[in-house]
Amino acid sequence: MSATAGARRRTALARFWREYRRNRAGVTGGVILVVAVLLAVLTPLITDPAGLDVTRATGAKMAGPSLEFPLGTDESGRSVLLMVLWGSRVSLLIGFMSALLSMVIGTMTGIAAGHFRGWFGAVLMRITDWFLVLPQLVLALVLGAILGGGVSTIILAIGVTSWATTARLIRAQTLAVEARPYIERSKALGAGHWHIMTRHVLPNVAPLVLANTTLSVASAIVAESTLAFLGAGSGEVSWGGLLRGSYDWGAATSGAWWYILAPGLCIVAVVMAFTLCGRALEAVLNPRLRGVPR
Amino acid sequence: MTLLEARDLHVGFASHGRRARAVDGVNLAVGEGEIVALVGESGCGKTTLARTLLGLERPTSGSVLYGGAPLAYSSRALKAYRREVQLVLQDPMGSLNPRHTVYEAVAEGPRIHRLTGERELVAEALSRAGLRPPERFLDSFPHQLSGGQRQRVVIAGALALNPRLLIADEPVASLDASVRGEILALLLRLRADLGLSALVVTHDLGLAWNIADRVAVMYLGRIVETGPVEQVLTAPSHPYTQALLSVLPESPAPVILAGEPPDATRVPGGCRFHPRCQVLAGGAAAEAGVDSACRSQALTVLPASPEAHTACHYAAR
Repeated sequence: MSATAGARRRTALARFWREYRRNRAGVTGGVILVVAVLLAVLTPLITDPAGLDVTRATGAKMAGPSLEFPLGTDESGRSVLLMVLWGSRVSLLIGFMSALLSMVIGTMTGIAAGHFRGWFGAVLMRITDWFLVLPQLVLALVLGAILGGGVSTIILAIGVTSWATTARLIRAQTLAVEARPYIERSKALGAGHWHIMTRHVLPNVAPLVLANTTLSVASAIVAESTLAFLGAGSGEVSWGGLLRGSYDWGAATSGAWWYILAPGLCIVAVVMAFTLCGRALEAVLNPRLRGVPR
Repeated sequence: MTLLEARDLHVGFASHGRRARAVDGVNLAVGEGEIVALVGESGCGKTTLARTLLGLERPTSGSVLYGGAPLAYSSRALKAYRREVQLVLQDPMGSLNPRHTVYEAVAEGPRIHRLTGERELVAEALSRAGLRPPERFLDSFPHQLSGGQRQRVVIAGALALNPRLLIADEPVASLDASVRGEILALLLRLRADLGLSALVVTHDLGLAWNIADRVAVMYLGRIVETGPVEQVLTAPSHPYTQALLSVLPESPAPVILAGEPPDATRVPGGCRFHPRCQVLAGGAAAEAGVDSACRSQALTVLPASPEAHTACHYAAR
């Protein structure tokens, strides 16, 4: 029984991979992501964090790209390449964790709101609507200011403010699943709310959740950069923080293009890679989009 | 011995701002080891009645009695009730989760009720439902099975809880003619082997004839004629039953019912069948002197006793 179930899972996975591989944009995004994550993970092994310390910076101020500093230096003579590498760790961590947090909140709220149709579901949806119309950035700024700086604060601020669209999406899918006759059969078999939500609804919305999480990592990274640029950062070196630094020290007017472009292009590349992956996942996992020419 | 009984049951819904009386005063009993057919056209309230008997819908008034005791609607009481009374739906493809294997679908009931010996229960239920050997089907998905096999899986899922009564809502309506007979034979065999009672909801009089001991004909939320199947189907006394039977192929003169199809939000006064009644329209009711009663005098709700009863002024004259 379990052996055949395992074999079935393997063939399903193989089929998924075959479909995914046909999606060229998705594969490109995947490659970029793997490289970015590998670099972020390996950064402590291949570089020395001492170079991030302003007091121990060795380069000239705002020096252009050279052999010693391939991406130039910042206002205190630190290597921009080194900071971009270390910044990727914070940016990716915040992106992943806050997307995860927002997916957990969004999925639970969406399933609960779709399952409990009465006043409870209505109250949940009004709360969701409230988060939906609230300017997300302002709310995250306020949360960041109240809770104080730090990586976990930023994760919390972004995660708590970005789950509303997910909740709406999951609720719609939950309503569609719950209209199926097998839910009626399950109820007649004696199933309670928990059984129906975890055994029937959750497996049905899981592919949607996965695709959506990938997409929301991208927006979480943008949100983190924006918050850092606005000065509500985590205090650690991140891509948004680098952009903030380049703005503060007038990199644009002094012609230090490397200081702006390096973190900026990193953000663009990673966000695009996540979006490509998310779209590809959506297309592969959603049978209704399968085979639609792109 | 009565197993399941509906006593003066009313179920209503709000429908487009109006009140739909889907079930409007029904007495119905299913005895132990008995198969009762509930017959009626679409929209007459028979599915609502079945859902209410299962406790999936709450009556607006009246009560459902199981083993003589009124059904309690606490979640614990309902869960216990569901080990006794099980449901088989019309569309076996829709009533199985496409992501679950046959094993998981049949084991769902035992898992919910935390029964021990899950594997044995599943294998036994599958072979009882005619899927032999059960091992051949355990890892199949619903889409790999035929329609008849799927319906057997649904029935096995119900049997795994060892119920005393099956409520089957159009159990063969979506199946091929060749498979229908097999599923019906299965229901009869389950009755013979396990003493399983059944309430079969159907629009198909032939099905009722083949399987049921008793038949109840429903029209617009009420049972209009009830009795032993031979009596009701060979000598129908209600004009509606007569009209239903007259359109069977072997019948000499079909009666085509005139007028609008019934609407549960607008139940006519008097006899609720009178706007479409061929006996009233043909003048026979006027000859018998009951036409004014047909139009204005409401009929009493039929009792749940096993003898034949008809809710008709003309038949009762």
